[in-house]
Formats: sequence, structure tokens, C-alpha cells
Amino acid sequence: MTDRFRGSWLERLLTNPLGLAGTVILLVAAAQVALGPALAPYDPLEFHPRNRLEGPSLAFWFGTDQFGRDVFSRVMVGARSTILFGVVATVLSTAAGSLVGIVSGYVGGRIDDVIMRATDSFMAIPNLLLAMLIITVLGPSTTNAVLAVAVSFTPSMARIARSVTLSVRTRDFVHAAVARGEGAAYIVLREILPNVVAPVVIESSIRIAFAIMIGATLSFLGLGAQPPASDWGLMVSEARSFMFRNPWLVVWPSLAIGSVAIGFNLFGDGLRDALNPRVGR
Amino acid sequence: MRPAYLLKRVGFIAVILLVVSFIVFAITQILPGNAAQMILGEFALPEQLRALERQFGLDDPWFVQYGRWLAGLVSGDWGTSMVMRQPVLPLVLDALGRSLVLAAIALAAVTCIAIPMGVLAASRRGKAADAGISIVSYAGVSFPEFVTATLLLVFLTRPEVGLFPAGGYTPPGEDFLRYLSHLVLPALTLIIILMAHISRQTRSEMVDALQHDYVRTATLKGLPRRTVLVKHALRNAMLPTITVIALDVGYLIGGIIVVEEVFAYPGLGRLLVFAMQNRDLPLIQAGVLVMAATYATANLAADLLYAALDRRIQYD
Repeated sequence: MTDRFRGSWLERLLTNPLGLAGTVILLVAAAQVALGPALAPYDPLEFHPRNRLEGPSLAFWFGTDQFGRDVFSRVMVGARSTILFGVVATVLSTAAGSLVGIVSGYVGGRIDDVIMRATDSFMAIPNLLLAMLIITVLGPSTTNAVLAVAVSFTPSMARIARSVTLSVRTRDFVHAAVARGEGAAYIVLREILPNVVAPVVIESSIRIAFAIMIGATLSFLGLGAQPPASDWGLMVSEARSFMFRNPWLVVWPSLAIGSVAIGFNLFGDGLRDALNPRVGR
Repeated sequence: MRPAYLLKRVGFIAVILLVVSFIVFAITQILPGNAAQMILGEFALPEQLRALERQFGLDDPWFVQYGRWLAGLVSGDWGTSMVMRQPVLPLVLDALGRSLVLAAIALAAVTCIAIPMGVLAASRRGKAADAGISIVSYAGVSFPEFVTATLLLVFLTRPEVGLFPAGGYTPPGEDFLRYLSHLVLPALTLIIILMAHISRQTRSEMVDALQHDYVRTATLKGLPRRTVLVKHALRNAMLPTITVIALDVGYLIGGIIVVEEVFAYPGLGRLLVFAMQNRDLPLIQAGVLVMAATYATANLAADLLYAALDRRIQYD
């Protein structure tokens, strides 16, 4: 038990078997994002009319879809669309949420009240529903879906940043900075922000998996990536019409989404435990 | 619990819903095209449009329109669906009823399965059963509803397997068995996802509870393991778990939207997706508001249950 308190957080993350598994999966996923198009044996949009709806073979490792497109190539290329979606949406919501939360917590008073009531109201609409509502206004596309998910995640990020800000604001080093006559910008950026970073990063590492899943769901519902894009959620949706003739079409993108989400979940939990070790979790 | 507290909470929900109604109204006001445009089509003459807009009051300032809509909501006139040409209220209520049945089945089943799973994992911490449950849980939370639903669809409704219908709905009065068979796969999808969440939460709370002195006292005075687990540890572990189950209702609402869409189950989620695809404003507004109200009510119910289970908590 005691060895979990020793060493750097990275060491603790990698000596925890689940954290290690998550890290390995994420490295594979990162390689897929970086090299996917280069490793794909075929052009993901190229039709092979004579090989439509085939099962896995030596020529087409994961089989082919209704146009004879190579499913393996589409899964390799699709990593970029699906994974980057989650990462970008989470980064955007983290930045916006931290900004709103710190301002709300630091300024306090009437402004804090108004901002918190607003976040309460946005949080009363479940994430997926809010994202769908926003896309209804903006129109279906990958960019709009990223924005919609980022907006729907922002209120809860703002709450976390605000609660940390509130607890930091009354600490001695902030009082000292005020006494030195530092400006508000200095205090927020140099004294408060560094303390907000760790809890917010932990939260966002856990949220990426959720963002990826919502993004894939939006594509599945026809509200995100549009055909003929190679996107895992969209691939599952398109495969539904042919699912009894070629079940592999559903299986591969499903496994891809699931394994990446498992990777982010394991990594996020591992990171949380490594950054604030508690006994026995 | 004091009635004043209850009143305050209900009042708080009312305020939140008021703001939500404003958000929804504002969002739908930004949408291009209005009811008159939808009814007359894209080749309508400007004069015709003007006339119909005046008839519907669409040329009034936005706050007059918002006020009129709110007054209608309170008095039971929820407007008319632009695409289906039917009053919104009965449409939404029927669909809500079907969704609630699905949600209730899923929540009841998952509570019966996931809590014992979490207790088992915690009591065998570090052993094979714990690892097995942990792996299943990670897989469960990591597959989005549409993936789980589609995989169930592919493997359990194949013509040669033919276990369950691939989708649709039969009213219970018509053929009760068929009605149930339509519920199985949608409910199963929701159960798989929630099960993972709730069993992980139960496990982690149980692990905490089992480290307390009162558990050691109970064990040392010779009580059977079962009694210690259920009567002592679980009772305390249940409280945070209930909060998680309530938070999961938000998840469940998102899940229901997807699951109803995949299995063509005519609930509120599918109605809302239909409304959004067709830009049916009155239907979108009502559907979103009803879902937010359901979510808020579930959170209130969780808080009340929490207080009922733990006498130390006195809300005021």
C-alpha cells in the first residue's frame, strides 16, 4: 500500500496495472491518429464494386462495406475524426469553463450569483439533449457538433473551477498578493490559476471518454460528421442497413469506439489516483 | 423534514425550469424560418406570409410571444405541432408515459443487479470476482448506448435467431407479450450502461465503509459476514450511491433518446429527435422542457430519499 505514495505521479500511474493498460491503449490510439492515413492500405473512399459487403479476408482485413470500401482503412482514418473530436471539445470546454469559473469565484457577489444560476439552468438539460438542441440551430456538421459538446460541458467545468477558486481565494498567499498591491489580473493568473489547473485537468481527462462517446453518438444520429466521412459513429449508423448481411460492418467501428473510450477511462482514473493518492481505492 | 424546505426546493425547481424555458425559447427563436413559413412552404408570397404571421402573432415582439407561450404552458395549451398538426400536450404526455415505463424498468432492474455486484466486488477486493466485475464495468461505461444497442440488434434479432423484434411498439392492450418483447432490448441496453456506473460507485463506497471502525467492531463481536456487509456497511454506502443513481437519470435521459431511436420505440426521445429533424418548434420546446422537468424532479426525489434514509440529515 505504501508504495503508492512513493515516486512521481507518472511512476504511480504506470505501476498501477489499470493505469498502465489505459496509457498503452492511448499510445496506440495516438499512433492511429498520427499515422492512420499513412498505414491504411487503401484510400478509405475508394469503391471496389466487385467486392461489396465482403467479410474479412487477406485483401480486406476487416471486410468491405456496401460500396466495397475497405473497412480497415476507414477505421484507421476514422480515428482522427472520432478521437480528435473528443479532445478538442474537452479542451474548449475546459478553457471556457475555467475562465467562467475563476471569474465567477474571484469576483463573487451579484455576478457570481447570476453565473451560477445560469450554469444550474444549463445543467438541468442533460448533455446530449443540450448538444442536440444547439446543433438544431447551427446545422449538422462536425465543427458545430464539437462546439455543441464544448458548450454542454462548460457549466460543470465552471463549477469545479469556481469551487477551487473559492477555497484558494481566502488563503494567505492571495492575501499577501493583495497586500503587496498586485492587480486582479496578476492574482488570478499567478496565484489562483496554478491551483485550479490540477483538479480541472483530472476532471477533463475523465471527460474526454464521455466527449468521444457523445461525439460518436451525434454522428450516429446524423448530427455530426456527414457522409462520406470516415467517422466511427457514422460508420455504425450506415452499417445498420446491412447489419444482417455483414455484421462485421457494425462490429469493427463499435470495437474501435469502445476500446478508445476504455483507454481514456482507465487513463483518467489512473491519473486521478496518481495525482491524489488515497488509501485503498 | 420541514414543509418549508420542501416548498423552497420546489420553488427552486420552478425557477430553474423558468430559465430553461427561456433558454429553449431563445434557441428556437434563432432558428431560421417560422411556423408561417413552414406551413406555406418556400414558394409562399410575402403578403401571404405576413397575413399568417399576423394571425399566429409571430410579428409581435419576442417577449410578448414568450409570455404567450408561458401562459399557454401553464394553462395546458401547449400549442400545435407544426408537422403532425396535432395538439402538443397529448402527444408529449403519451410519449413521456412510454419513456417512463422504459426508464422505470431499467432503473429497477439495474438497482437489483448493480448494488449486489458492487457489494460482492468490495467484499472480494483484489480477488478474481472483483477484477472480473471491474473489467465488465469498464467495458459497460465505455460503449456508448448506440453501440451497445446496435450490437444487441445485430446479434439477438437476426432472422435465424429471431429472439426479439428488431424494433417498434405494440400497445399493451393489444398483445401484452409482444408489448413486453418490444421493451426487452431497449431496457437491456440501458441496464448494461447504468449497471457499470452504479456497481462501480457501490464498490468504491463499500470499500470506504468497510475500513471504518464500526465494521471492525461488528466483525469482532462475532456477527456473521453477511450481516456486517448488508446491515452495517451497505447501509452507509447506499447514501452516496443514491445520489449517483439520481445523477444517472441525466445519463438515462440521453440514453433513452438514443435507444428509442435505434429500436424505433415511440417515446419522448424519439419524438424529440423527430421534432428536431423537422424543426417542429412547439414540439421541440415542449419536449426539452418536459425532459428538464423530469431530471429536476429525479434530483429532488433523490435528496428526499437521502434524508429519509439518513436521520442525521435535517434539511431546513
